[in-house]
Amino acid sequence: MSEETLSPEQLVQIDYTPSKKNWLDPTVEFRKGTYCYSGVAKHVKYLDLPNPREWQPTDSDWKLPPDWKQIILDGMKERLEKYRSFRLFMDICVRCGACADKCHFYVGSGDPKNMPVMRAELLRSVYRRYFTAAGKLGKLAGARDLDEGVLKEWFYYFYQCTECRRCSVFCPYGIDTAEITMIGRELLNLVGCNINWVIEPVSNCFRTGNHLGIQPHGFKDSMEFAAEDLEEITGIKIEPPINKKGAEILFIIPSADYFASPHYYTLLGYMLLFKEIGLDYTFSAFAGEGGNFGLFTSHEMIKRLNAKIYEEAKRLGVKWILGGECGHMWRVMHQYMDTMNGPADFLEEPVSPLTGTRFENALSTKMVHICEFTADLIKNNKLKIDASRNNHRKVTFHDSCNPARALGLFEEPRYILRKACNYFYEMPENTIREQTFCCGAGAGLGTDENLEMRMRGGFPRANAVKYVHDKYGVNLLSCICAIDKATLPTLMDYWVPGVEVGGVHELLANALVIEGERERTTDLRGDEMEQSGAETTDA
Amino acid sequence: MAAFYSLILVLLLSIAGYFGGSAAGTFFGIIIPYAAIAVFLVGLVYRILLWANTPVPFRITATCGQQKSLPWIQSNRLDNPASGTATVIRMALEVLLFRSLFRNTKAEIKDGPRLVFSERKFLWLAALAFHWTFLFILFRHLRFFLEPVPGCVLIAQELDGFFQIGTPILYMTDLIILAALAFLLIRRLADVQIRYISLFADYFALFLLLGLALSGVVLRYFIKTDISGIKELAMGLVTFSPAVPAGIHPIFFIHIFLLSILVAYFPFSKLMHMGGVFLSPTRNLANNNRTKRHINPWNHPVKVHTYEEWEEEFRDKIKAAGLPLEKV
Repeated sequence: MSEETLSPEQLVQIDYTPSKKNWLDPTVEFRKGTYCYSGVAKHVKYLDLPNPREWQPTDSDWKLPPDWKQIILDGMKERLEKYRSFRLFMDICVRCGACADKCHFYVGSGDPKNMPVMRAELLRSVYRRYFTAAGKLGKLAGARDLDEGVLKEWFYYFYQCTECRRCSVFCPYGIDTAEITMIGRELLNLVGCNINWVIEPVSNCFRTGNHLGIQPHGFKDSMEFAAEDLEEITGIKIEPPINKKGAEILFIIPSADYFASPHYYTLLGYMLLFKEIGLDYTFSAFAGEGGNFGLFTSHEMIKRLNAKIYEEAKRLGVKWILGGECGHMWRVMHQYMDTMNGPADFLEEPVSPLTGTRFENALSTKMVHICEFTADLIKNNKLKIDASRNNHRKVTFHDSCNPARALGLFEEPRYILRKACNYFYEMPENTIREQTFCCGAGAGLGTDENLEMRMRGGFPRANAVKYVHDKYGVNLLSCICAIDKATLPTLMDYWVPGVEVGGVHELLANALVIEGERERTTDLRGDEMEQSGAETTDA
Repeated sequence: MAAFYSLILVLLLSIAGYFGGSAAGTFFGIIIPYAAIAVFLVGLVYRILLWANTPVPFRITATCGQQKSLPWIQSNRLDNPASGTATVIRMALEVLLFRSLFRNTKAEIKDGPRLVFSERKFLWLAALAFHWTFLFILFRHLRFFLEPVPGCVLIAQELDGFFQIGTPILYMTDLIILAALAFLLIRRLADVQIRYISLFADYFALFLLLGLALSGVVLRYFIKTDISGIKELAMGLVTFSPAVPAGIHPIFFIHIFLLSILVAYFPFSKLMHMGGVFLSPTRNLANNNRTKRHINPWNHPVKVHTYEEWEEEFRDKIKAAGLPLEKV
């Protein structure tokens, strides 16, 4: 961290008194550490998105197209006609303010325009001006002209929302700020205002199949590298199947699992688990990314990037699809994939080959969450687990926003954790399950230039971790989201040093007793396990 | 300033009602109420149809409890409904009891730093109290519009005056609605955050409702107005043979004029949350996304990068890595 970075003590001195100025007069200051850099032209161009150019948010001239205002207003009109959510959410907010302190960015920054209601009002004020009769009255009606100042505010605040949907839980009308932000970002994209941390992964993903731009041989190398590591740790030889036609199951994971740490240990976890149960599955180098930064760009981009999943399942002739630990990927797979890229009528109803359990909740999409799959294995006594191997870990679980508020996947991961770990502690109830706090860096905001805002937005989550760290000595924050795994370590180092971040399947695999394995002295990370008498239990 | 302007506007409207009613009874007692009802009905239907005819491309349910997945995991049917029935129950609790608002907490950073959450139920309580008493009062007013007055209306009246305080007997709902509205107004003014987000329209709705309630209270408890004339006027309006009888107190015209403004303003304002709450896609859809395919009526085709194109681009690398190719 650079020297100008605020210390935690400084950062937490937050003034919640809003400015005396009328919010309808746009003011935005692109302060270092609180915004993300613009999308690089070559990536914007590669995706055929409008207005590729060199620019930065701090420039006074954003090099907008001459008719940018009309483009935005036409875009708004189109979306008002296509999304009931958008029209309704523009119309019915009563500004009761119940959402205000539910936003991690508001709690961590005190910036009144980070109250979810205000984030929406930034858009609503323009909606009122151009799409309602009362809007002609101007400020009195809460309406304002669309000008560059307003557009800059949109950019700042729509890229200062992680689309976590926590506020929506508390809204009496279920107004969903993620929906507002998604539409807001779509509008910004129409005139070429996007951020590189989103647009480069999207461009990579469109070309290579994954966000990191890893090409097929790199994909294979990574998987083989993981297999070698596993052999070293367990003595078990694994040959990771890639693009294998006729496999029963296509396994989709976020690319960070095979290219970033601590995600990597979760990948090791999956591979070990599948080896132990003899699962007939395949990775795909083409569909080598379940994550979908299209979700942070536009509805169209979600569909463009996600098309490969069903296409690949069909090409490989698998029966059904299993999905790894990833948050926003699961929002896409659960709430968008079937509608956008379905119907998946060429696949079969998912049935666990080990337990015979029919996953009726995935009857139509044919895609099962790894935690659902594994919880079913454990419940049916298919795994031999030695939880004491995780005794050096005092574990808590962070509900990732999307599995929490788009699926309601709460008990499956907890069931696995409780079986695989002897020391599991919940964070306070206002900060878990449907009330979980975002890592502060989701929706494409997990970039280093945005570090101050990430530390601010992540404060509520970190503070809850600190609570269990102080009280129970928690030293591992587990989660089922690749963005969490990428960004929580930085957050922990800043607010709660001494807490590592890991995946649920990493912990499971630590505890998984594999037939023919050598005695394990370290966990998947190479950390020493506690050498107490192994209390092997059949789960 | 927004609060001040809206207060002034409601005062001006009241004055207009007071003097206008005396000077032009037919206009304020008949024409405006009829016009207001017409605007209300047309506007309401227009807005609801506009919303209802706007597609719901994606099923974006916000889940607030355990999903229905494996049979041995207890799912939360109310907060994560998987069926139509459960969704109806979720909606009913939302509409009738404001369940989400009930979750309200306050988050504050205390020394440590510790983020501390405390209960904040007053917003929920005041909102619930206001909406229910408003409905109750509307229902009670049926005695002006129906002859003979139905038994249930009389019972409602009896219940409302259960404690038999004063003459005319004090209605509990009158106290509650004034207290609730006062709370909502004071909250808007006193809480700096809420004041920051409040618009003219937010204060206007509150002052209008307060004016309406206060003029009603004045009519009943202070002026103790003769209600036979008012009933005659009301019956005339509903039977489409309107006439304004002599001797109606001018305060009554404030009451009916503010009501007319409220009713006519309703469809163009945030008050339409009454209709919108039923249509919110995050709440009124079951979380059965993976079980049942949701159809998007405008599911446009998009440009994708196909497997063939991918294989073509990376052919050499795929080959070198020993991965299988479709076209060798």
